[in-house]
Amino acid sequence: MLKIKGLQKTFNAGSPDEVQALRGVDLHIEGGSFVVVIGSNGSGKSTLLNAVAGGFLPDAGQIKLAGRNVTRWPEYRRAKLIGRVFQNPFSGTAPHMTIAENLALAAHRGQAHGFGWALSRHLRQAFCERIRALAMGLEDRLDNEIGTLSGGQRQALTLLMATWLKPRLLLLDEHTAALDPKTADQVIHLTKAIVAGEGLTTLMVTHSMHQAVNLGDRLIMMHQGRIIRDITAVAKKRLRAEDLLEQFNEVRRAEQLDPGTAEMLRALYV
Amino acid sequence: MNLLLGSFTIGLILALLALGVYISFRIFNFPDMTADGSITLGAAVAAILLVHGVAPIGATLAGAAAGAAAGAVTGLLHTRFRINGLLAGILVMTALYSLNLHVMGRSNVPLLSTATLAKEAEAIGLAALGGQTVFNCFGWEVSVSDMAMLVFACMAVVVVCIGLYLFFRTNLGTAMRATGDNPQMIRALGVNTDTMIVIGLALSNGLIALSGALLAQYQGFADVQMGIGMLVWGLASVIIGEALVRSRGLAMTIVGAVMGSVLFRLMVAIALRWGLNPNDLKLITAVFVFVALILPGLTARIQRRKEAVVMSSLTSK
Repeated sequence: MLKIKGLQKTFNAGSPDEVQALRGVDLHIEGGSFVVVIGSNGSGKSTLLNAVAGGFLPDAGQIKLAGRNVTRWPEYRRAKLIGRVFQNPFSGTAPHMTIAENLALAAHRGQAHGFGWALSRHLRQAFCERIRALAMGLEDRLDNEIGTLSGGQRQALTLLMATWLKPRLLLLDEHTAALDPKTADQVIHLTKAIVAGEGLTTLMVTHSMHQAVNLGDRLIMMHQGRIIRDITAVAKKRLRAEDLLEQFNEVRRAEQLDPGTAEMLRALYV
Repeated sequence: MNLLLGSFTIGLILALLALGVYISFRIFNFPDMTADGSITLGAAVAAILLVHGVAPIGATLAGAAAGAAAGAVTGLLHTRFRINGLLAGILVMTALYSLNLHVMGRSNVPLLSTATLAKEAEAIGLAALGGQTVFNCFGWEVSVSDMAMLVFACMAVVVVCIGLYLFFRTNLGTAMRATGDNPQMIRALGVNTDTMIVIGLALSNGLIALSGALLAQYQGFADVQMGIGMLVWGLASVIIGEALVRSRGLAMTIVGAVMGSVLFRLMVAIALRWGLNPNDLKLITAVFVFVALILPGLTARIQRRKEAVVMSSLTSK
């Protein structure tokens, strides 16, 4: 479904703030699989997600999605294939528009926006049913501005919006990081239910060890703009939080060496 | 009474300006300086076409179309060439000053001897009332020509308001509102925000130019200076309107902009009648907008301070 080859991106190239965010990422995701990406701050995991979504154009490499080469596609064009939930609950919804209007925009994701009415009785009915299933008491507030809702409610709605039209790829960018633990749990439950229910191909970035261990069928660990671990199938199922911490510590120990030596050792022994 | 009628008429004509500013400033969050140039452009194009014998309705629409084109240019400068929005508007506004002079051929085009929408409205009014030029309205003697123009401006504003309200509930209109509200979100939902901004600014400046075209026909001339300070004028109307309706709902804010425009014109007319020096008008307008912009933040801060004082007095007890 998603094929990434040799993806590279350097921000602020040539300046003192130069950051090599992606240093050649290769990733192949099968249709229907749920991939979780972890890594420390600055490892490039969010950058990878952003590159797939089209937030910027890569310096080198190729991104193929659903058989199409989307490397040069602008973000809005990729939205036909991609549903997306952001880390910040404020990013995924238009605060001064109503719940129904936000959902109506999502119901037209990637389609031409013409002079048809954005909201129809039929659509409102459908919104009402799906929102009732969230059990958040929002079904009677379809005409309230989304800005009046809590972060968790907005994130749940964003998830609903991202998947309203079945996306070929669902991108989740630490979408529970800004929520309190209880709300985060609710949103994760909802995520599981939607991903499993629709059989969505999903790429999810997270900070949480707990989520990394319990969610998905494949785990990718990133470090300094590269994928350093790729844990699949049975190994992923057996994975415990302690193993993950051990892996992290291993990476950290390697980092104690200066980058040049580490690079040399890697070249020699890995 | 004539003062009142005139204020209402100009207030309604400038309500179209206010609606245009509402679209750029409130819906798109875009301080669009093009307004000062496009209102004159609308007046200039309409006036010169009228002088050359084009039918008033055609000349008026051509003026609006010219304004829409100017708005689209501002939008393209901003989206294609990544020029700061404020600067893009100023560039187009400055260019339009020369362009307007070229269109008119001189700095002022009088419309006294040509057919205009104002005169057509007057003719319809006279025909409807059987030829009498003055009629009795709730005890006042009112000239038919003034009343006819007021009714015409009112109808134009109602049509535009309904049209805008319906438009902003279509898929395209909803996507436009979302572009101003949260561009990141609407891009992730597959909308090209650049296109939305260009169309939105075209719509906004089309309305502003329409306002200019009607204003020129009402006052009987187009002048190259008539656009100066008009953005701030429209802004003042929008802000007064928001204070009046106290709602962010689409229908109410549209109605609010119209009410704000009429009220503001009325206040200005009264101030002028009381002896305000017309030279001070723009200064007062600017100060007014300044105060209206900082007032909400200021009252919130005073409120907070008051609460803090109350809280500390409570805890000290």
